[in-house]
Amino acid sequence: MRITGAEALIKSLEMEGVDVIFGYPGGVVLPIYDALYYTKKIRHILVRHEQVAGHAADAYARVTGKPGVCLVTSGPGATNVVTAIANAFMDSVPIVVITGQVATHVLGTDAFQEADITGITLPITKHNYLIKDANQLPLIVRQAFQLAVSGRPGPVLIDIPVDISKAEIDFDYPSDFTIPGYKPTYKGHAKQIKEAAKMIAAAQKPIIYAGGGIIKSQAWDELKELVELLQVPVTTTLMGKGAFPDEHPLSLRMLGMHGTRYANYAIMDSDLILAVGVRFDDRVTGKVSTFAPHAKIIHIDIDPAEIGKNVAVDVPIVGDLKVVLGDLVAAVKKIGEPHADKTRWHELIAGWKEKYPLHYHQNGEIRPEYVVEKISELSKDMDTIVATGVGQNQMWAAQFYSANKPRSFVSSGGLGTMGFGLPAAIGAQVGRPDALVFDIDGDGSFQMVSQDLATVAANKLPIVIAILNNGYLGMVRQWQELFYDKRYSQVDLAVGTPDFVKLADAYGIKGVRVTEVADVEKVLKQAIEDREPILIDFVIAREENVFPMVAPGASIDEMLGGIPGASLSQMIDEGEE
Amino acid sequence: MKHILSVLVENKPGVLARVSGLFSRRGFNIDSLAVGPTEDADISRMTIVVDADDVKLEQITKQLYKLINILKISDLDPSDAVERELVLIKVNAPPNMRPEIVETANIFRANIIDVSKSTLTIEITGTSNKIQALEDLLRPYGIKELVRTGKVALARGKLAEA
Repeated sequence: MRITGAEALIKSLEMEGVDVIFGYPGGVVLPIYDALYYTKKIRHILVRHEQVAGHAADAYARVTGKPGVCLVTSGPGATNVVTAIANAFMDSVPIVVITGQVATHVLGTDAFQEADITGITLPITKHNYLIKDANQLPLIVRQAFQLAVSGRPGPVLIDIPVDISKAEIDFDYPSDFTIPGYKPTYKGHAKQIKEAAKMIAAAQKPIIYAGGGIIKSQAWDELKELVELLQVPVTTTLMGKGAFPDEHPLSLRMLGMHGTRYANYAIMDSDLILAVGVRFDDRVTGKVSTFAPHAKIIHIDIDPAEIGKNVAVDVPIVGDLKVVLGDLVAAVKKIGEPHADKTRWHELIAGWKEKYPLHYHQNGEIRPEYVVEKISELSKDMDTIVATGVGQNQMWAAQFYSANKPRSFVSSGGLGTMGFGLPAAIGAQVGRPDALVFDIDGDGSFQMVSQDLATVAANKLPIVIAILNNGYLGMVRQWQELFYDKRYSQVDLAVGTPDFVKLADAYGIKGVRVTEVADVEKVLKQAIEDREPILIDFVIAREENVFPMVAPGASIDEMLGGIPGASLSQMIDEGEE
Repeated sequence: MKHILSVLVENKPGVLARVSGLFSRRGFNIDSLAVGPTEDADISRMTIVVDADDVKLEQITKQLYKLINILKISDLDPSDAVERELVLIKVNAPPNMRPEIVETANIFRANIIDVSKSTLTIEITGTSNKIQALEDLLRPYGIKELVRTGKVALARGKLAEA
């Protein structure tokens, strides 16, 4: 069958089971958009900025477990999607980015809308391709999807010159293919697993530190089984939120810079850390040299380069978490009872939980924590997804939203991309049309992408956009308050920020402003009931801070704030170990 | 400590950029890098000399393996590998100095590959020590230009293979 490269691309995407593309057309992708015009199997979501297409594809992948796909034109179209690619790379999200490129015979001549996007994205893609022979297109698409989803997932970019899209080829989708230099390890080393089982069964103060890898390898059941078998407390990273139920009695919730005091104290006091699907990020470890001084570390990850990168590890295990944790559970069962007595450990942790719960002070103004807590409560029994912006809004969401299921919390972890919230909510809602999707956002983050209210409106996506509006770049202001003597340099957004209710209205979306604490619950309840696009502008206490907090460069048990009843000056609790 | 990494890569466009980009963005230093096709036209060999401790070397190797076009990496043990580098040295050689420069080159089994009125260009192949020694001896005459290929190396053949 002779078809064009563009038609071959669409056919290949269909063969990969792609049902949604997020994209934005332009000059050199005209042949592809023309081919797309005829397909009935693929829905195209037209965004208003290419970055949004990238983030939406990213969130689609996070909530469905399938690769997300975005399609943009060359030059500025491609460079606009770079932030989204970097974001997906840092958080190991499988997306396939298709960019148009100028014709092969003018490549390298600074042609109109030419950008060396494979060169630009070299350090932020798992792999990328520039197609120079149309006959290679089906194979490259096949390889790209395989690379994106397997091993440690990540973004793969395919750059398609316009003459390749127009060229005619014999289409044959390869069923059998190899990628010679690519052999991820899935099965863990048996001896190492046995050793790990022995150590964790014998540990008196063990802790599991679980991350996004659990969700990627769908290992949440195996994790839970191991946790309950050995009664080991679990702390999750921002990316791991939902990998283990936040409301489980053994959950310590999130650790790190804005983690709970009890999670940080526990990991610092532990004698064994089982680190699963994590990468010992600086936001988690704080000062590395003082991190968990008494603990032996077992580190399980599919990416060997993550093991030993930031901290020295006692038992490294390379493999897929679902497989390895399954084997580890079996190995622990084989050892049999009794396991080490952990009564004292549980008592110690219970004491910390009692003394240092996550909390906030109600005083008449709307507290952002309260808004998030209400969202969490009111949506508890529904299929809910929370997407977030980046900054204070994100940390309040991470602290006060209880994610009890995997794929229910979508946030920009590694890159910390402001403006991620709305596109992520769009991608999540498109991927899971029946889910109740929130975008918990900040006024700063939201304004980076507010043009895509048009995408929400056009597709009638029933997203609840909850803006925690303090008129500040709140997290930067918080740092300026705490570490720069309140010199609030360039963080006041109040002047110039639009009336969000009117803005929503301009897009034909319902907008509500909430200024009274008493109205928070009522408005949220109504929004959840209505299931239509809505923007809620929560006017919150302007200078509320995110606590507890580990100062940059400090050890993670040296935390500011988060002690009930203490004033700010008393917030450093030196006595704890 | 210096390590010689012998790296087999797919012979595809951009592979060199992927490798060199990885070294620069992760802050690994390359002492030298030499690349060329192997007996198999689809595969190239890079010989990369890096200065790194064991922890860093492990990280370099693991990160290199993540590049899809990398097929195999060997950290060559100097006692069990042969290594060579080729250097061209253009040295000032007024007629009265010429005989002694040629004699020096001969001692090192180096070749004179170009002669002009005032210069000689010498080709030398060997280990770093040998090349350094010749360079030191030629420096007093005035080295006008010098180019090195970077080290290339292979593991020694096993006795059984001989």
